[in-house]
Amino acid sequence: MKGGEGQGQAAYILKMGGIMLALTVLAAAATVTVGYFGSRTASGVARDLRRAVFSKVQDFSSAEMDKFSTASLITRSTNDITQIQMVSNMALRMLFFAPIIGIGGVIRATSKASSMWWIIALAVGILLSIVSLVFVIALPKFKKIQKLVDRLNLVLRENLTGMMVIRAFATESREEARFDKVNTDLTQTTLYISKVMVVLMPLIGLIMNLVSILIVWVGAQEIAQARIQVGDMMAFMQYSMQIFFSFMMMSMMFIIIPRASISADRIHEVLATKPGIVDPAAPHPLPKTVKGVVRFDKVSFRYPGSSEDVLHDIDFTAQPGQVTAIIGTTGAGKSTLVSLVPRFYDVTEGSVSIDGVDVRSLGQKELRDLLGFVPQKASLFSGTVESNLRYAKEEALSQDMDEALNIAQAKDFVHEAPKGLASDVSQGGGNFSGGQRQRLTIARALVKKAPIYIFDDSFSALDYSTDKKLRRALAEKMAGVTLILVTQRVATIKEADQIIVLDEGKMVGKGRHSELMERCEVYRNIALSQLSQEELA
Amino acid sequence: MSGQTRKPQDPPVPPAARAFRPGAALGRGGGPRAMMKGEKPKDFSLAMKKLIRYMGAYKVQAGIVILLAAASTIFGIFGPKVLGRATTTLVKGVLSAARGGPGIDFKALGGILGMVLALYLASSVFSYIQGWIMAGVSAKLAYRFRKDLQAKLSRMPLGYFDRTSHGEVLSRMTNDVDTVNQTLNQSLSQMISSVVTLLGVFGMMLSISWQMTLLALVTIPLSLGIIKVVVGKSQKFYKRQQEYLGHVNGHIEEIFSSHAVVKAFNGEAKNQAAFDELNDTLYHSAWKSQFLSSIMMPMMNFVGNVGYVGVTILGGYLAANQVITLGDVQAFIQYIRSFTQPMSQIANISNILQQTAASAERVFAFLEEEEEKAEGSAPVDRALVRGRVDFRNVRFGYSKDVPVIHSFSATALAGSRIAIVGPTGAGKTTMVKLLMRFYDLDSGEILVDGRDIRDYSRQDLRKLFAMVLQDAWLFSGSIMENIRYGRQEASDDEVYAAAKAAHADHFIRAFPDGYDTELNEETSNISQGQKQLLTIARAILADPPLLILDEATSSVDTHTEVLIQKAMGNLMKGRTSFIIAHRLSTIRDADLILVMDKGDIVEQGTHEELLAKNGFYAGLYNSQFEKK
Repeated sequence: MKGGEGQGQAAYILKMGGIMLALTVLAAAATVTVGYFGSRTASGVARDLRRAVFSKVQDFSSAEMDKFSTASLITRSTNDITQIQMVSNMALRMLFFAPIIGIGGVIRATSKASSMWWIIALAVGILLSIVSLVFVIALPKFKKIQKLVDRLNLVLRENLTGMMVIRAFATESREEARFDKVNTDLTQTTLYISKVMVVLMPLIGLIMNLVSILIVWVGAQEIAQARIQVGDMMAFMQYSMQIFFSFMMMSMMFIIIPRASISADRIHEVLATKPGIVDPAAPHPLPKTVKGVVRFDKVSFRYPGSSEDVLHDIDFTAQPGQVTAIIGTTGAGKSTLVSLVPRFYDVTEGSVSIDGVDVRSLGQKELRDLLGFVPQKASLFSGTVESNLRYAKEEALSQDMDEALNIAQAKDFVHEAPKGLASDVSQGGGNFSGGQRQRLTIARALVKKAPIYIFDDSFSALDYSTDKKLRRALAEKMAGVTLILVTQRVATIKEADQIIVLDEGKMVGKGRHSELMERCEVYRNIALSQLSQEELA
Repeated sequence: MSGQTRKPQDPPVPPAARAFRPGAALGRGGGPRAMMKGEKPKDFSLAMKKLIRYMGAYKVQAGIVILLAAASTIFGIFGPKVLGRATTTLVKGVLSAARGGPGIDFKALGGILGMVLALYLASSVFSYIQGWIMAGVSAKLAYRFRKDLQAKLSRMPLGYFDRTSHGEVLSRMTNDVDTVNQTLNQSLSQMISSVVTLLGVFGMMLSISWQMTLLALVTIPLSLGIIKVVVGKSQKFYKRQQEYLGHVNGHIEEIFSSHAVVKAFNGEAKNQAAFDELNDTLYHSAWKSQFLSSIMMPMMNFVGNVGYVGVTILGGYLAANQVITLGDVQAFIQYIRSFTQPMSQIANISNILQQTAASAERVFAFLEEEEEKAEGSAPVDRALVRGRVDFRNVRFGYSKDVPVIHSFSATALAGSRIAIVGPTGAGKTTMVKLLMRFYDLDSGEILVDGRDIRDYSRQDLRKLFAMVLQDAWLFSGSIMENIRYGRQEASDDEVYAAAKAAHADHFIRAFPDGYDTELNEETSNISQGQKQLLTIARAILADPPLLILDEATSSVDTHTEVLIQKAMGNLMKGRTSFIIAHRLSTIRDADLILVMDKGDIVEQGTHEELLAKNGFYAGLYNSQFEKK
C-alpha cells in the first residue's frame, strides 16, 4: 500500500468519523432538549390541572360535593391527573417524532426501490388491524379495571374504618369473602388484559421480521432481473423497519390516549361544573355595624334532584343577644336548616336574611365572616392546637385564643398537655377524645369573634356539667351576639329565649319552654322523655 | 403512581407498551399518604429472598419463564446473522451473474430464508409463552398478596391502627403490591433477555475481532459512570417527587373532607396558598426527575456512538491493512449497536429492582407485624351463657406508661342493666373495649360466667355481645344488607322486625327504594340520628346474650330513644346490658350505675342510692337541672 493512498484513506476515514461524531453530538443534544421541554411541559400541565381542580372544588357548594362524592373528587384531583401527566409526557416525545421518522422513511424507501412499496403497505395494514382489534377488546376492560380498583379501595377503607364493628360482630370471614370477590374480579380482568397485551409484542416483532424476510425474497427476484441493486435492497429494508416502527409508536399512542381520555373526562366534568352557589354580580355592601338579626322568611328547601321538601315553610327570627334553639325529631331537618345561613345550600323558596339583607345578595366571604359556625361533625386539621385555632383568624392574639379555650371549657386539658397550644393534632383530630374534639372546634369558632354563632348539635359529646359551664360562659362573655343552637337536649335549651320545634321538615312549635310544654305535643314528648315531671316544673 | 413515573426511558420495548400495563391501573385511589415512597430498601437481598420464598409453587413457573426468555433471546440474536447469509448468497449470485454464471441460487436462498423464518417463529412463540405464564404468575401473586394482607388486618391488635394512618395501610395493599406485580410481569423477562443479549453479543464481537472488542469495552466504564450519576440524581428527585405527591394528595384529601369547615371559616385562600406551595415543589421535583431519566438514553447512545465512531475508525484502519474483512466490520458495527441497548436497560431495571425491593419490604413488614396474643379455645354455647360479668382489679393503658384504667372492680349480675357514667375522658369507652377484648389488660382479669375471657377465642367471645358504638359505622350497600350484618342468616321478616323495634322502619320505608336504598360511600344520604337507628336495628337483629350501647342514641331525639328503650327492654329481658350515656334520663332505670372518673370507679349503686349519697353522681345529675 502506498503511503499517499493510505494517508488519503486515513484522512477520509477520520473526516467521516468527525462528521459522525458531530451528528452524534447534535442528535444527543436534540434528544436532551426534547426531554427537557417534554418533562417541563408535562409536569406543568399536571401542576396547572391540579391547581385548577383544587380551586374549583373549593368553590363548590355542598350540593356539588354530594353529587361527586368526596372520595371521587380526591381521586380525580390526584390519580387521574397523574395519568394525564404521564401520557402528555409520552405524547410530546413520540407524537411528533414518530410521523417525522415515518415520512422520512417513506421518502427514502420509495426512492430506493419503488416497486416494493406494497410490502410496507401490507405490513402497516396488518399492524393497524391488530392494534385496532386489541384496542376494541381492551378498552372496555380498562374502564372496568378503573371501577374495580375504586371498589377494592372502598372495601379496604371500610374494613379499616369499621374495624371495631367487624370484630364486634365477628364478621371477619364475611369481610374476607367480600374482599375476595373484588380481588378475584380485579385479578381476572387484569389477567385478561395482560394476556391480550402479551400477544401484542411477540406478534409485532414477528411481523417485523417477516417483513425483512419478504423483502429479501422479493428483492432477490428484483435483483435477479437487475431492476435494483443489493445495496438498494439493504437500504429499503432499513427504511421499512423505520416506517414500521413509527407506525407502531403511533398506534400505541392511539391505544393510550383513549385510556387517558377516561381520566380527562373525569377531570373535565369537575372543571365544567358551575358551582351552584355563586356571588352576586354586585354584592350588597355590609353596614358598618352588623346587629345580627337572622330571619327565616317562609323558607322551604329540597335537595337538588329530590321531589320532596326537606324543610317546609319555616318562619322565625333570631335576635341579637338572644338564644334561639332548634330541637326536633331524628331526621327532622335541623342540620339542613342551619346550613342555609352560611349558604352551604340555597333555599328553594322564601329567604334567609341578616339585618334585612338576603344572604344571597351578600358576597360569600363577607357573609361567612359574620358567622361562627360549629358543624355537627367535630373535625380538626392536622397541625397543632394553635394552628387550628388560628384557622379561624390568622392574626388572633394569644389572649384571644386563651379566652376562646376558656369559654369552650378546653383550657384545662390543653394546658395540662405537655406541649400546650403546640400539641400535635392528627388528621381529623383523631388523637383527642370525642368531647375534647368538640370543645376544640367550639374554641376555634369563638376565636373568630363573630356577631352570629351557630352550633349544630355541638354539645352532644359533652357531659351535662361541662355543657352547662360552657353555656354559662357563652352567655357571660358573648353577650349581645345572636346564638342559634341545634340540640337534642331539652335541659340545654330550657332557658332559651326562643325554641323552634321541627318535625319532618315542618315547624310545629315556636316559643319558650313553658309555652311549648303547654301547646306543642312534639316538644312535650321530647321533654317528657328526658326529664321527670317534677324536674320540668 | 408506582409504575408510571418511576421509569426512565426504555425504548427497546416501546415506552407506550408500559403505559397500558394493566397493573398500572392499580395503585390509584390510595389514601392521603398512599403514595409509594421511592426509598431504598434497608436490606435488598433479604427482601428479594423473602419475595422468592413467597412465590412458593410459582418458583417453578418462574424458572420456566427464565429459560424461555433466554431461548427466545438466543433465537432472536441468531436471526440477523442467518439473514446476513442470505445477503451474502445474493451478492454471490449477482457477482456470478455478472461473470455469466448461473445467477442467484433461489433454492439456497429459499432454504436460508426458511431457516430465518423458523428462528423468528420460535423466538416469538417462546416469548409469547413466557409472557403468558408470567402474566398469570404475577397476577395470582398479586391476588395472594392482597388476600393475605386483608386477612392480616383482622388478626392485628387494634393498637397498631392507633399508630398507623389508614392511608399508610392502604398504600401497602395497593401501591406496593402493584409495584411488585409489575416488576414480575415485565422487568424479570427483560432482565433475562438483556443479560443474554449482552453475553451473546459480546461473544459474537469477540469472535470477529478482539482489538475492536477491547476498544468497545473502553466505553463500558464510561457508561457505568453515567448511569451511576444520572440514576443517583434522578432517584433523589424521584424520592422528592413521591414525597410531595403524598403531601399534595394528603392536603387535598384533608381539605375536601372538611369542606364545610373550610367554607365556614373562609379558609379557601389559605388552603390555596398552602396547596400552591406543595404543588410547586412537586412540579419542580417532577420535571427534574422526568428530565433526568429521559436523558439517560441519549447519553448512553452518545457514549455508544462515540465508541461506534472509534470502532469505525479502527475498523477502517484494520480493513485497510487487510487484518479483517469489510463484512466483518459491518457486522461488528451492528453488534456494537445492540450492545449499548441492553446495558442501559439493565441500568433501568436495577433501578426498578431497588424500588421493588423497597415495596416488597414494606409488604412483608406488614405481614410480619405482631398479631394479637394467642387465643383460648374453651367452647362456648351461646344458648347456655347466662351473662354474669366480673371485673377484677382491671388495669390498662393504651401505652404501658400512661394508665387509663387504674383498678376497676365491679360485678354485673346475669340479666342486669349496667350503666357507666362519668365525665369525658373518664375511661368509659375503654372499659367496653376491654370487655370485648379489643385490647388485653395490663393486669387483673375480666370474667364472663366466672371464666376468664382469655380462655375463649376472640370470635366466640365477641359473638356473645352486640355492640352499638358512638360512631355509627355503616358500609356502602343497601339498608337491608347493613341491618343483616348483625346476623347474616336472618330472614327478611326478621330484618323488618328489628328495624321496627329500632324505630327505623318508618323512615326506611319513606325512601323511594325502601330497604333496598343504597347508602353511599360517605353515608351522607341519611342523617346522623338515622344512622344510629340502623346500627341499633343491626344489634337487635344479632340477638346476643350481652349488649353494649356506647352513646348509641346521642343523635336520636329522646322521644324516639325512649320508645327504642322500651322495645329493647323487652328484648333484653334476662340479658346483661352495658349502657354508656351522658343523658342521665337514659340510665335512670339501670340496675347498677358505675360512676367513673379518671379511670376509676368512684361510686356505684342505683339511681336513688347514688342521689341519696349526694356525691359525684348527684353533682353530675343535678347539673342538668340547676337553675341559672
